[in-house]
Formats: sequence, structure tokens, C-alpha cells
Amino acid sequence: MDIRSAAIDLGLISPEIIILASAMVVLLLGTVLKSRGLMAFLSLLGLVVGLVLVLQQWSQPQSGYYGMVLKDNFSVFFSVVFIMTAIITLLMARDYLIAKHIDRHEFYTLLMFSTVGMMLMAGSTDLVVIFLGLEIMSVPLYVMAGMNKIDPKSNESGIKYFMIGAFASSFLVFGIALLYGASGTTDLRRIMADFSFLKMQSELLLYSGALLVMTGFAFKVAAVPFHMWVPDVYEGAPTPVTGFFSVGPKAAGFAALLRICVYGFSGMAELTAVFWLLAVLTMVVGNVLAIFQNNIKRMLAYSSIAHAGYILVALTAGGEGAVSSAVYYLLAYMFFNLGGFTIVTIIDSRTGSNSQIDEIKGLAGRHPYLASLLALFMFALAGFPPTAGFMGKFYIFSEAVRNGFVWLTVIAVMNSLVSVFYYLRVVVAAFFGKPDQEFSPVSFSPALFIALLVTAVGTLALGCFPGYWLELSQMSMFPII
Amino acid sequence: MIPIAHYLILGGLLFAIGAVGVIVSRNLIVMFMSIELMLNAANLAIIAFSRSLNLMDGHVFVFLIMAVAAAEAAVGLAIIIAIFRNRETINADKFNLLRR
Repeated sequence: MDIRSAAIDLGLISPEIIILASAMVVLLLGTVLKSRGLMAFLSLLGLVVGLVLVLQQWSQPQSGYYGMVLKDNFSVFFSVVFIMTAIITLLMARDYLIAKHIDRHEFYTLLMFSTVGMMLMAGSTDLVVIFLGLEIMSVPLYVMAGMNKIDPKSNESGIKYFMIGAFASSFLVFGIALLYGASGTTDLRRIMADFSFLKMQSELLLYSGALLVMTGFAFKVAAVPFHMWVPDVYEGAPTPVTGFFSVGPKAAGFAALLRICVYGFSGMAELTAVFWLLAVLTMVVGNVLAIFQNNIKRMLAYSSIAHAGYILVALTAGGEGAVSSAVYYLLAYMFFNLGGFTIVTIIDSRTGSNSQIDEIKGLAGRHPYLASLLALFMFALAGFPPTAGFMGKFYIFSEAVRNGFVWLTVIAVMNSLVSVFYYLRVVVAAFFGKPDQEFSPVSFSPALFIALLVTAVGTLALGCFPGYWLELSQMSMFPII
Repeated sequence: MIPIAHYLILGGLLFAIGAVGVIVSRNLIVMFMSIELMLNAANLAIIAFSRSLNLMDGHVFVFLIMAVAAAEAAVGLAIIIAIFRNRETINADKFNLLRR
């Protein structure tokens, strides 16, 4: 594939620039103007323009800044996922923020800064840029988790996320240092090109560096045994922020991990065993602990751990097909998980809500359409046809079997069956639960309606007409040189 | 000329001390300082490699890491102050409202 390359090319990073610029405009204007609705609208505008600019870059692979920024289909695909996540989060957050009296313009700014960080992470093969992108993504997230300053739970969520996040980054940096020492470069493509020579020359440095980098990312994508922070952080953070956490940083972490594993460390066959173990542990622990949760945010936190496990199955399988199955799954996961979180946000916006599963009882009697949508998203999370969840899992599992990981697939399918139990529990509570008192009605706004519409249509479209989307995810595979 | 191994041993030791400090300590500020120690251990290793390989890009990377550490410090201390205002403690064991 011919990749056009220039040293400094502002057009290449125009989506990032537009989103950053609108974030700064919102940050400055917000101090002068009182209208928070206008700030939300400006942020939405910036994100939509960024999305349009990203879509223009599809199937025109370019690189710039001395090979540090790479805009291939892979990074464009992931950038679309990140911007969509930010847009849906923004739409669902507005009413919640007003209801909880934390409607500050900084929220929109931080959301956009974080999105830019994710786009940088997916759009580079250089470990320095991946690290910088990771930090640009994470630092705003720490603030967002602790945004409800007067709520001690939100404080705790922020401090826990910050400590674990900074701890994980230092592992990552030390790993990058060792890889740099072993190879004299931080570019994954160059590490891969000289891999067999480097392995002979400095095997110990290379392997310990790779393991430390893996540890850093395992924290970020919440793979077991580096998952302890997830339920606490997810429970304490404001609900729309939790929705953003469960999709954006996870997808960004996997984007970087896919690049690192397929570009940099493809020569390390031993890592397959590590990933096998991580995948099994992540799926089993996530699914089993999710059964015992009474708080819906904690339940979804464990469920997000379990979903990270399914994507790790694809990483274990390796190869082009598996990577595109992981990409497809992340797109599908964005739609149905954000959809589920939109409904949890709507229910949480009522005063006195504590996001317990029992509080959903009686939802179907009051809001039948909302309850049906909740059922749709839960079925998708559990992996029922004809939703996106089924196609995503089917694709990952079939790729794993094709690459000879039969036992891993058997464990994954069994875990998938276990997960049906706790997802259905929510649906049963919504439709058949007898509420202790009358279900207090929820309020609706056009923004919430659009968020629900986009996620529901996405969930069904990826499930019913998978052909087109599968082709897109296959096109977004980066070239393995 | 000091051999590269000495720098690496020092860096590794600092990193290990930092990691143990994060796990053992209960004071948020001390935990945070330990994390800074880990980052600086990585900086030391990068600079040592950069000198021994005669490459300049390691020096630049270290500056970037220092900038990132400063940004993290700003945000982290702000979060610690926010939590201290509500709870009047920075003992990590006291933060157990979640997980119930």
C-alpha cells in the first residue's frame, strides 16, 4: 500500500485540531457566558465537524510528522468509534448533569480533550505518541470521575482512578524505556522489522519491556488480575461518565494493544500463552462476579470486564481475521453498551436514585418503550440474535476456532451462557418486578431520544445486516508488512 | 565511564521502591510521591540508554514524560484537596464508601 508521507501536514490532524479548538473555545466562553446549553451545542458541533473530517480520511492511508502520526483505515475506524462515543455521551449527559446540579462547561471540554487523546493513541505506531495519547486521554478522565465534588462517592471514584491510572502509566513508561534500550527506537514498525536480530542481541530487555507494557495496558483495559479498581470507579463516577469509561478508554486501550501486538511483538510466540490466561481469567471473573451485584452500575462494570475478556480471545487468536473481529466487536459494543448506559442514566436522573437493580422494577408499566429498549440492549450484551452482540461474539469465536483455539472458545461460550443470567435479571425486574411504591416517572428530552435512537439502530443494524459492517472492519485492518 | 548496567540497577531499584511504596503506604500523598519515583526511575533508564546508544530522541522523550508527570501532579493534588475538603482525611483505608 502506498502511504503518502510529509513532515508537517496540518491537514492530516485536522480532526484533532478542530476538536481541540472547540474544546478550548468552550473552556474560555464558558467562563464568560452563563448559557450551558450553548456550550453543549458548541461541543456537539465541534465533535460532528471532527467526525465529518475523519470520515474524509477513510481509505487514504497517510502518515506524517516523521512517521509518528499514521492515518490508516484502522485509526480512522477507531477515531469514528471514539467521536461517536463522545457524541452519545454528551447527548445522554445533559439532563443528568442538570438534575444533579453539576452542569459545568468543563465537562464538555474534558470530554473532547479525552477524545483527542484516544484518537492519537489509535493513530500512531510510535510508543512515545501512544503514551502521550494515553495520558491526554486519562488525565481528563480522572477529573471527570471526580466531577461531582460534593459527593464523597464521586471523590473516591476520582482518587481511585487517578492512583491506579498513574500507577499503570509508570509501568508502561518503564516498559517503553526497556524496549527503547533493547532496540534504540520507539517505533513499533522498526522494532518488528529487526525483531529476530534484537531477540538474539538483547532478549531479556525486550521481553521484560514487552511484559511491562502489557501490564500497563492490562490495567487500562481492565483485564483480570488488574481489574480491582473497575467496579469502584464505575459505581462512584457520574453515570454518563461511567458509560464513557466503559467504552472510550477501553476501545482506545485495545486499539493500542492491537497495534503493539500485531506490529511490535508478533515475533513473541510466548505472549500467546499470557494472553490465553488473561482472556480466560478476565471472562470467568467478570461474569461470575457480575452475578452477585445488586447495583446496576457495578453489574455493568463487571460485565465490561467480561466483554474485555471476549476481545482478549480475539487478541489471543491473532492474525488478520481476529484483529478485524475485535474491531467489529468494539464497534458493536459501543452501540449496545452506551445504549444500556443511556437508559441507566435516565433512571438515575430521578432524585434519590441509588442505581440499584430493584429500582428498575415497574419500569415496563410506566414506560413500556423504554423497557423494551432496555431489554434490547441487555439481549445484545448477552449475545442473543438478531442483535449486534450475537454477530460480534460469533465472529470472534469463529476466528478463534479457525486459528485452533478450540478450548478457549468453549470456555468463552460457556461464559457467554453464564452472562445471560445476570442480564436477564435486569429485564425480569423491569417487566415482571413488583415495585414497593409507584415507579416515579422519568423525564425525556430530544437529546436523550437521539442518543437512544442512534444506539438502538446501531445495535439492530450490526446484527441484522452484518455483511456491510464486516466488510468495513476487514478494510480497517492495517497492513502487516 | 560507568557501565550501563549500573544505571539500570539503580533505575530498577527505584522503580521497585516506588511500586512497593504505592502498595504499602496508606497516605495518598506518599502514594503519589511513590508513583513519581517510578516515573523518574523510567526517566533514568531512558537517559542512560540514550547516552549509551548515542541517540538524542531519548532526551526528548524524558522531557515529555516530565511534562506529563507535572500535569498528573496538578490533577492529582487537586483531587486530593477535593477529597480532603469532604472527608478531612487522606488515609486511603478510610475511602471505603464504595464496594458495599
